[in-house]
Amino acid sequence: MTAVPLLTPEERGSYLAAGSTLRSWLLSTDHKRIAILYLLSITAFFFVGGAAAGLIRLDLISPTHHILTNEGYNRTFTLHGVVMVWFFLIPSIPATFGNFLIPLMIGAKDLAFPRLNLLSWYIYAIGGCVTIYVLMAGGVDTGWTFYTPLSTLYANGHVIAAAAAVFIVGFSSILTGLNFIVTIHKLRAPGMTWGRLPIFVWSHYATSLILVLATPVLAITLALLSAERLFHLGIFDPALGGDPLLFQHMFWFYSHPAVYIMILPSMGVVSELVAASAHKRLFGYWFVASASLAIAAVGFLVWGHHMFVSGQSRYASVIFSFLSLVVAVPSAVKVYNWTATLYKGDISLDPPFLFAMAFIGLFTIGGLTGLMLALLAVDVHVHDTYFVIAHFHYIMVGGAVSGFFGALHFWWPKITGRLYSLVWGRIAAILIFAGFNLTFFPQFILGYLGMPRRYHVYPPQFQVYHVLSSAGASILAVAYLLPFVYLIHSLRHGAPAGRNPWGAAGLEWTTPSPPPRQNFLTPPVVTQEAYAYPVSEPADG
Amino acid sequence: MNRLLPFWPVAASEHAAKVDWLMAGFSVLCFALTAPVFVLLALFAFKYRRGSMADRTHRPSGNVLVETSWTVIPFLLTLAFFVYAANLYLNLGRAPADSLVIDVVAKQWMWKFEHPGGQREIDDLHVPVGRDVRLSMTSQDVIHSFFVPALRIKQDVLPGRYTSLWFNANRPGVYDLRCSQFCGMDHSLMVGRIYVLNPGDYAAWLQRAGASGDLASQGKALFDTLGCSGCHAPQSGVRAPSLDGLFGRPVPLADGRVVTADDQYLRDSIVAPNRDVAAGYPPVMPTYAGEISEEDLLKLVAYLKSLGAGPSQTAPLREPSP
Amino acid sequence: MAEYVTLAEQFAQPRQQREADFMGMYVFLGTETMLFGGLLALVYAYRVIHPQASAEAARHLKIWIATANTAVLLTSSLAVAFAVLAARHGKRRIVVAGLIVAMLLGMTFLGLKGWEYLQDFQEGLAPGIGTPSPLRAGPAALFFDLYFVATTLHAVHLTVGLGLMLWAALVVARRRVRLPGQAIVIEMTGLYWHFVDIVWVFVFPIFYLARG
Repeated sequence: MTAVPLLTPEERGSYLAAGSTLRSWLLSTDHKRIAILYLLSITAFFFVGGAAAGLIRLDLISPTHHILTNEGYNRTFTLHGVVMVWFFLIPSIPATFGNFLIPLMIGAKDLAFPRLNLLSWYIYAIGGCVTIYVLMAGGVDTGWTFYTPLSTLYANGHVIAAAAAVFIVGFSSILTGLNFIVTIHKLRAPGMTWGRLPIFVWSHYATSLILVLATPVLAITLALLSAERLFHLGIFDPALGGDPLLFQHMFWFYSHPAVYIMILPSMGVVSELVAASAHKRLFGYWFVASASLAIAAVGFLVWGHHMFVSGQSRYASVIFSFLSLVVAVPSAVKVYNWTATLYKGDISLDPPFLFAMAFIGLFTIGGLTGLMLALLAVDVHVHDTYFVIAHFHYIMVGGAVSGFFGALHFWWPKITGRLYSLVWGRIAAILIFAGFNLTFFPQFILGYLGMPRRYHVYPPQFQVYHVLSSAGASILAVAYLLPFVYLIHSLRHGAPAGRNPWGAAGLEWTTPSPPPRQNFLTPPVVTQEAYAYPVSEPADG
Repeated sequence: MNRLLPFWPVAASEHAAKVDWLMAGFSVLCFALTAPVFVLLALFAFKYRRGSMADRTHRPSGNVLVETSWTVIPFLLTLAFFVYAANLYLNLGRAPADSLVIDVVAKQWMWKFEHPGGQREIDDLHVPVGRDVRLSMTSQDVIHSFFVPALRIKQDVLPGRYTSLWFNANRPGVYDLRCSQFCGMDHSLMVGRIYVLNPGDYAAWLQRAGASGDLASQGKALFDTLGCSGCHAPQSGVRAPSLDGLFGRPVPLADGRVVTADDQYLRDSIVAPNRDVAAGYPPVMPTYAGEISEEDLLKLVAYLKSLGAGPSQTAPLREPSP
Repeated sequence: MAEYVTLAEQFAQPRQQREADFMGMYVFLGTETMLFGGLLALVYAYRVIHPQASAEAARHLKIWIATANTAVLLTSSLAVAFAVLAARHGKRRIVVAGLIVAMLLGMTFLGLKGWEYLQDFQEGLAPGIGTPSPLRAGPAALFFDLYFVATTLHAVHLTVGLGLMLWAALVVARRRVRLPGQAIVIEMTGLYWHFVDIVWVFVFPIFYLARG
């Protein structure tokens, strides 16, 4: 490595140099700085949730000899679920990369409401503090799904505080979604028509629609749950004629679309990564863009597929099953289009490409097992078993988290202005893919064999698969830690990235790395469609 | 080998075998749909890697015909499986009329069973092989779920409501029963065993388990001690509906609706009598909510059912309100 | 209209900023609609499950107070509409007057609602307050629980609206907001207030009117 300058000229003029005091970060309304605040805080929660996952896998190595008590185990998996869903996965890509990139991609100076953006980070932080309080106070024992009447009448943990944490962080999601919708509608640069938006922006638009329309339903549901527990109301109490199934309907009305909040941004990332790695226009632009909107729309109509064995009407279940098969179609369309994009491409086998391939592989397996779950008679058997656990981890971890790491590796040079080690990046991508499959593939078999989820004590004949899974988890843990080593190393020792290290199309690659406070040195005017390859400007160094 | 590393669970009913075939068939379809994707991804990544000499002329960026076919064809293929799966599922809600009915009460963290002959068991359930068995289930506290992997069946068990499930085990043996809906601290210990017995063994077991009178006669005793007959007997001075032959009949209600007197209706009429008041009768019956245990409620319902049955007795799976 | 607008740096022109503000508010109200929508859907579901008990319980609500309140709230929206119109024409005094009238009406609503609650409490309809009425058993209790949750949630929104109007009236009166250039402040406050009003138009019939 040749001598690396301590501060490049670009860095001296960038948003990073706009102030180094704590105050200049905590009171900044610059979307790029707020994105960094989010990146740091969600990473912290990723490790909290990851530690809980590690404890769970460690504890399940033996069917009966445990580190944790049954109660302790229940509290650990509840914490894992609550933290990972609401404090990592939901804000992960939108609040960091969406926040950072949407204004850059559409040629705007900032989001439409910068102060609201900062406020939503503070709301997130307050919700996070309440979660930490719940953790310190002893946790909660309901599972992340908070099913009544367990959560209202029988659970001993800090249910209300946990519900409050989720309630609070929901407002952060809503404000972020609102900001994105208005920004994408109103702040596009001259010439940036809807048909020229990168797919990343389209998928965040679809995500934002879900955020603003579904999250309030969760808010009212959790408020009712807390009121019921606090004042002994009977809203979901069967003894008073209340119906616990209505809680499930309301919960899943949010929580199923929430899955799309997690996966749609990741699909947007992968669309960018595939096109940029292949140096080729995305195949079927309009199909991929409208697939995002179709997923958001139909995704609101499939919540009942979580309730096939709950006692809901069997005929309702048939309709939900059909719609669940329908909602899979646009996802399949995306996978096929990504594959077709590679045809006759000019593909760099760099870390972003490898993460995109990991995403496609794992997401496809997750999606197809999702179709199996949508088939009613199959779901009756595997519902609430490890089959479901494996399925949604393939979507949320194999899919969403791979997308997150892909985004981190693709836009890191833009965000920090420095290049990281490509070799280590490739090693991390391959390790994550291998560790992930070893962790979760055995769980499909466990599930079909009849291992229920949330079981602390399990039949000894399942031990082999649990040991395999725990071994995979240890590889996965190392693989997830690895990037933090070489990425942080690159901050000080990485070579300056230049504007466009990947030779990628897109407005964000036309501005210096890291970008200046105003995003662009001169306000951009767009004259080309998205993914206009080959990039006319040569990649400078 | 199979004991060391189980790969596929035993199938102990015809339904289970059908679910296995469905799963296997659909897996083949999934493989057929994805193998080309994975092969092409690897092939393209190699052939069109940066710096390779592959031909890159006439690069396509879209094709409506191709898009339509990969949208429509896989979807139509999955529809065939959807129909088969939905059929199997709907069938789970249609227990044959002459099924052996066993009552199930779930509570944190045990399963309680009551046979029509009055035999009671906890966590173990003995059933005859080759016979349709219907489980009428309710919970005393939180939501549980009755899951028998070998039969590929599962149904949530809810407080305040009867759900049901039926099966016909065709292979004698002992099978695991597990609670699959998270129900609190000892959820993973809420397990039991299903003993599927040959007819002879089953008869012997019924003898051995004994019982102080069948379920209906135990219900009759409760009916008298709780004072129900004080109003519902024909010679009583209070104007209360007669319960003879009530089960299975349509009941006109005070608000104009007509409901069928199924298990759920009978139970609700005891614990929440003013919810659905029969037309022509004053709402004077006191509620028995909290005063009668779920098991005693089942006995009372069994007694009421024994008072002559109406035309239809099929599975009273209560549909939730919209 | 654009003469006094202070343009935030992320916008290129005043019209763009105005459209963004409006759109942001509408999206926010969409969110609020889903919040109340979820709750009212639940109320509706229970009405279908327990038609008799719900109707019986509804007959014990104070329909005349609620009807008066409906009139009060609709009138307050009229006052706010005048304030918005005046703001667009730069009539500062009319804006302040309109807001004050609306606030007084809003407080009247809260006062009447409080009086109604007091009677409900005395009759033992609320959970855990006073001697429980015979109706506090079974599905009727469920109806009252939802009634208290929904009306309290509405009252909280209304109180936030009062706070917004108070702030708006103060900044207009002290000329910290210039009209008509910054009429957006009054317009946004007005939109929120109209929304609170519309929510009541749905809460009122579902609890009070469906009693038969």
